[in-house]
Amino acid sequence: MTINDNLDIELLRFITAGSVDDGKSTLIGRLLYDSKSIFEDQMESIKKISVRLGHDKVNLALLTDGLRSEREQGITIDVAYRYFSTPKRKFIIADTPGHIEYTRNMVTGASTAEAAVILIDARNGVVEQTKRHSYIASLLQIPDVIFAVNKMDLVNFSEKIFNKIIEEYSIFVQKLNIKNVYYLPISALNGDNVVECSKRMTWYKGDTLLHLLETIPLKKNISNLPARFSVQYIIRPQTKQFHDYRSYAGRIASGIYNVGDEVTILPSYTQSIIKYIDDVKKSLKKAVALQSVAIRLINNVDVSRGNMIVKSNELPTVNTNISLMVCWLNHRPLNIGVKYIIRHMTDEVLGIVKEVIYKVNINTMENIIDNKQVKMNDIAYVFIKTFKPLKYDVYIKNRITGSLIIIDECTFETVGAGMIVE
Amino acid sequence: MNNKLTHIKELESESIYVIREVSAQFENPVLLFSGGKDSIVLAHLAYKAFYPSFIPFPFLHIDTGHNFEETIIYRDNLIKRLGVKLFVGYVQKYIDIGFVKEETGYGASRNKLQTATLLDMIEQKKIDAALGGARRDEEKVRAKERFFSHRDEFGQWDPKNQRPELWNIFNGKKQLGEHFRVFPLSNWTEMDIWQYILKENINLPNLYFTHEREVFERDGIWFAYYPFVKLKSNETTMRKFVRCRTVGDVTCTGLTLSKAHTIEEIIVEIASSHITERGGRFDDKRSETSMEDRKKIGYF
Repeated sequence: MTINDNLDIELLRFITAGSVDDGKSTLIGRLLYDSKSIFEDQMESIKKISVRLGHDKVNLALLTDGLRSEREQGITIDVAYRYFSTPKRKFIIADTPGHIEYTRNMVTGASTAEAAVILIDARNGVVEQTKRHSYIASLLQIPDVIFAVNKMDLVNFSEKIFNKIIEEYSIFVQKLNIKNVYYLPISALNGDNVVECSKRMTWYKGDTLLHLLETIPLKKNISNLPARFSVQYIIRPQTKQFHDYRSYAGRIASGIYNVGDEVTILPSYTQSIIKYIDDVKKSLKKAVALQSVAIRLINNVDVSRGNMIVKSNELPTVNTNISLMVCWLNHRPLNIGVKYIIRHMTDEVLGIVKEVIYKVNINTMENIIDNKQVKMNDIAYVFIKTFKPLKYDVYIKNRITGSLIIIDECTFETVGAGMIVE
Repeated sequence: MNNKLTHIKELESESIYVIREVSAQFENPVLLFSGGKDSIVLAHLAYKAFYPSFIPFPFLHIDTGHNFEETIIYRDNLIKRLGVKLFVGYVQKYIDIGFVKEETGYGASRNKLQTATLLDMIEQKKIDAALGGARRDEEKVRAKERFFSHRDEFGQWDPKNQRPELWNIFNGKKQLGEHFRVFPLSNWTEMDIWQYILKENINLPNLYFTHEREVFERDGIWFAYYPFVKLKSNETTMRKFVRCRTVGDVTCTGLTLSKAHTIEEIIVEIASSHITERGGRFDDKRSETSMEDRKKIGYF
């Protein structure tokens, strides 16, 4: 490796999901092991534990189960993040638990993922959890979803079984809103089609899992979306050298900003023009989505945290009546008519849930209208009213400006995750 | 430049966003500065986040008294250069007043005692957020850590009941007496840190580069010899060319035999290394869950 080989590669964040014994931790262990991201001392440590737990070979799953209670129960409780890289890309894996009571954890992991790997046990085929995970991937708008049919070694690497599973499942998947769907047969335990092509499934002509992860297009359109910038912090040094300096710091959510752009500040609708885009001591001509910068305008206008600076010819929606899909995250159920704190980008407003329109049965995707109590792990379509307007795009168009969190005013816990529908 | 960021630039932008968010959401944050490369990178990112203003919060160093002297010299120079205020919590002071009891015997370390000092400093200075340089790839329990990690009024972490953290929206709201630990470098790996140090030309203490010093070997790990270290009868000291891969307290920082003089040479060395950087950390080796146990009660 030369020094600069890894300096200009891209980052892919993906999520892994599956039911309890689908072999998800084993798959991650395999990806890390085969891409040579596991070190000798980690290997030594899991060898020792494997022996103590009475496993007959080294259990790669132990690499990912970090908490003591997870090791004891052999299950994953919370989202764990894993890192590996190949010469092509750097990867961040959000490893999420399979149990139904951990739906909220999958939603958490899925919120920042650009791809999902959902495991299906070849012996059992599609189960309720597979559908639930697929629904969440679609709800959270993960663009690329890979269904990995695992444990092919236990069904004699049968092409017929693999085809039957995907034939049945693609009917369900078509009802969802997922941009790109892939199916592949693997054996995580033995490594077939994970990093290396399987010699035992020569009938499969597609990519290995790693090759797919290395080549799916990234952040396809985030810089092509309308430009969105929510003011995070105001930098005013008030020193002799920078006496009149005043910049609006934040991270570009989408689109591209250029010096000279005519902009509108929301919600005041004040007009201005971008004079400088500062990246520390450098002054940039343009800045792109995901970049943290500080913007200076040509004139002194009233701008504070939570305001949005957008291009004047592509304004977002500004509204107080908003409908959204919400995933409930707390054991205290949703309360209609009670004030909640709504945090949207860097803005914070109070709001109330006016109405629960329906709940979703995430195993059948049917709407439930006779029971509208929204409890932990429930997903519902609700109508909220905010005390001050939010500046947003719908979630399906923009995952950053279309998302918000709901905070309990008494406990300050994050109790809901919302995706704006309109 | 095309319209996509490289992974290093994306990580930098994410960290700067988190640091600015701390300053916007908390009244009395500090940056935990250990003198290690991760906290040096964190300080560099904080400088970038607020330039041309000064960093709007002080640094806090928990001093075990068992420091590499290079760390302290580096720390004091950095503080001066950045124009920030420094608080120091002295573990020795807490031993002297009987607040904590020093370990004895071979392998005695003040690592665990840092927690009591840290928590007391947080209470005394009414700190509501402590920024730290911990990374999720360092250790299996850290892999489960949030960017904004909530601590109860006793400074405890409840790993099974963490606040969900969605998209890039951070919730730093808390009850009186509670605080947050915030980890802007969560998504960085050891290699990312070194590539960034190279790219940004960040100056590091000499400890990270090859130097000759008096060392001894214990359980396959090389340690620096200082007079307060208790040697076993079969252990002898010798002079070797070494460097630190991580820097902590003298008593728990393993050294790598190395001839690497430059960041480039260090990167090549790490790329071909077969053990993790914390593989040389004696504090992690005490039991399988030692990090989890320490973190629950309020360790960094």
